[in-house]
Amino acid sequence: MQQRTPIVDYLVLDGDPHLVASECEQCGARYFDRRNACAACGAAGGFRQVAIDRQGELRAFTIVSMAAPGIDVPFVAGVVDCGGTTVRANVVNTPPDPDHVRLGMKLRLATFPLGTDSAGTEAVGFGFEPLEQS
Amino acid sequence: MADTVWILGITMTKFGKHPDADTVDLAAEAALGALADGGVTIEDVDVLAAGNLLGAGAGIGQQLQKQIGQTGIPVYNVANACATGATALRTAVMAIKAGEADVGLAVGVEKLAGAGLLAGGTRAGDSDTWQPRGRYGAVAALDGRVGTETMPGVFAQVGMQYLHEHRYGGTPLELFARISEKNHAHSTLNPLAAYTKAMSLEQIMGDLMIAYPNTRPMCSANCDGAAAAVVVSDATLKTLSREQQRRAVKISASVLTSDPWQEGCQVLPDVNTLTRSAARQAYEQAGVGPDDLDLVELHDCFATAELVHYDNLGLCEEGGAVDFLESGAPYRDGRMPVNVSGGLQSKGHPIAATGIANIWEVCHHLRGEAGPRQIEGARVGLAHVIGLGSACGVHILERSAA
Repeated sequence: MQQRTPIVDYLVLDGDPHLVASECEQCGARYFDRRNACAACGAAGGFRQVAIDRQGELRAFTIVSMAAPGIDVPFVAGVVDCGGTTVRANVVNTPPDPDHVRLGMKLRLATFPLGTDSAGTEAVGFGFEPLEQS
Repeated sequence: MADTVWILGITMTKFGKHPDADTVDLAAEAALGALADGGVTIEDVDVLAAGNLLGAGAGIGQQLQKQIGQTGIPVYNVANACATGATALRTAVMAIKAGEADVGLAVGVEKLAGAGLLAGGTRAGDSDTWQPRGRYGAVAALDGRVGTETMPGVFAQVGMQYLHEHRYGGTPLELFARISEKNHAHSTLNPLAAYTKAMSLEQIMGDLMIAYPNTRPMCSANCDGAAAAVVVSDATLKTLSREQQRRAVKISASVLTSDPWQEGCQVLPDVNTLTRSAARQAYEQAGVGPDDLDLVELHDCFATAELVHYDNLGLCEEGGAVDFLESGAPYRDGRMPVNVSGGLQSKGHPIAATGIANIWEVCHHLRGEAGPRQIEGARVGLAHVIGLGSACGVHILERSAA
């Protein structure tokens, strides 16, 4: 089977694809990137990995029409509340217009291939798609 | 606590295109203008704080000294994103409050005419093989694949989040375009603004879409410009002429905050909590409340940003920013004029100059020198800037009683 790699290390592809966060063992603040200590409480005691809900609600979005060369526009960038953890992602599998993308809409995680590199490894990206196709 | 600090002289250059002037020329024009406005010379200055964000490593303060006077005083080169100008001013104010200086000069300058998207304007190339890099272990550039890094897109989400939290049922594009329409109308009275053309709601909504709901005229204008201020201690002001004392503007509050951790701030910058905190501290320092303000210059880097700061600065009831706009309050003939300069959307946003230029605008009205755009009888004003990362500066200014 072809080797696959997630676009970021907080996307887990095994089984049901899902996102994971590092949670501060002292205060419970969650991070998607590597932190030296907790920005919320200052504790350097350590972090544990926690799985993030695969469904969420769209709290904010923009439809980007002007971006750097190489980025396909328009696309929908959004902020998704996944059971209390805020996630940044594109909203995918829906037309990028304000008639189809609405604040508060229910979404679920979706993954898709980004391409295969010269070593034959496929990178996998993620976004959130409408739970109910309108 | 040391005595009050005063703005003795302040100026801004024309914002716009200055193809024949470099950053040092613009900084020198603003600095010499502020010194002349205050009736002092570089020989009187004890401390210099200066900012030029895009050239932050070059030492704009010392570069400036070589054009206007190398007097050996301490120079603080500051960089704090879009709050760089306010940070320079605050640095000079702190030096005076600490008793280490009697007269300070703060300068902010930027050359941005023709710059495109400032953040997210280029994308890191993908490598030949998918190799995890950085703190997210990303195998590819994330901009456009995992959300957006462009400022118009980031601030679009800031505004949309506010609408979601407060269950706005209308059309976001039209709502935000109305803010831009207001500021572009205000700019027609400001000869120093980069753009001074009124635009109709239809023109604004129909213009080039950058990041919904921000169209091009709803984004801050990249341009060249500089601003500078001379600040003095209370004791020094008392030794100066009656006219200098009459034109001096009291800095009733000078506050700088950074963003405290909030859930979600790693995903979308939280521009609200630090602005609320700065505003609360500033009102307390100044002993005034939002109802005492005669005008406000706030950081409308995008139309979507202005809306949330009505609420963050306490200009309206909590959650009431849309009603505040629709009541007509922030228009120049309204109850609480906001961005009568035209705001960043039309006056322009030469980054490091912005945090002093907005104070110049407020001072101009408090001194009664704003000409056709004068807010009559202005006594108290507030200037706000925010730089992502984040830094927020709030200054409250009062007309001299002298």
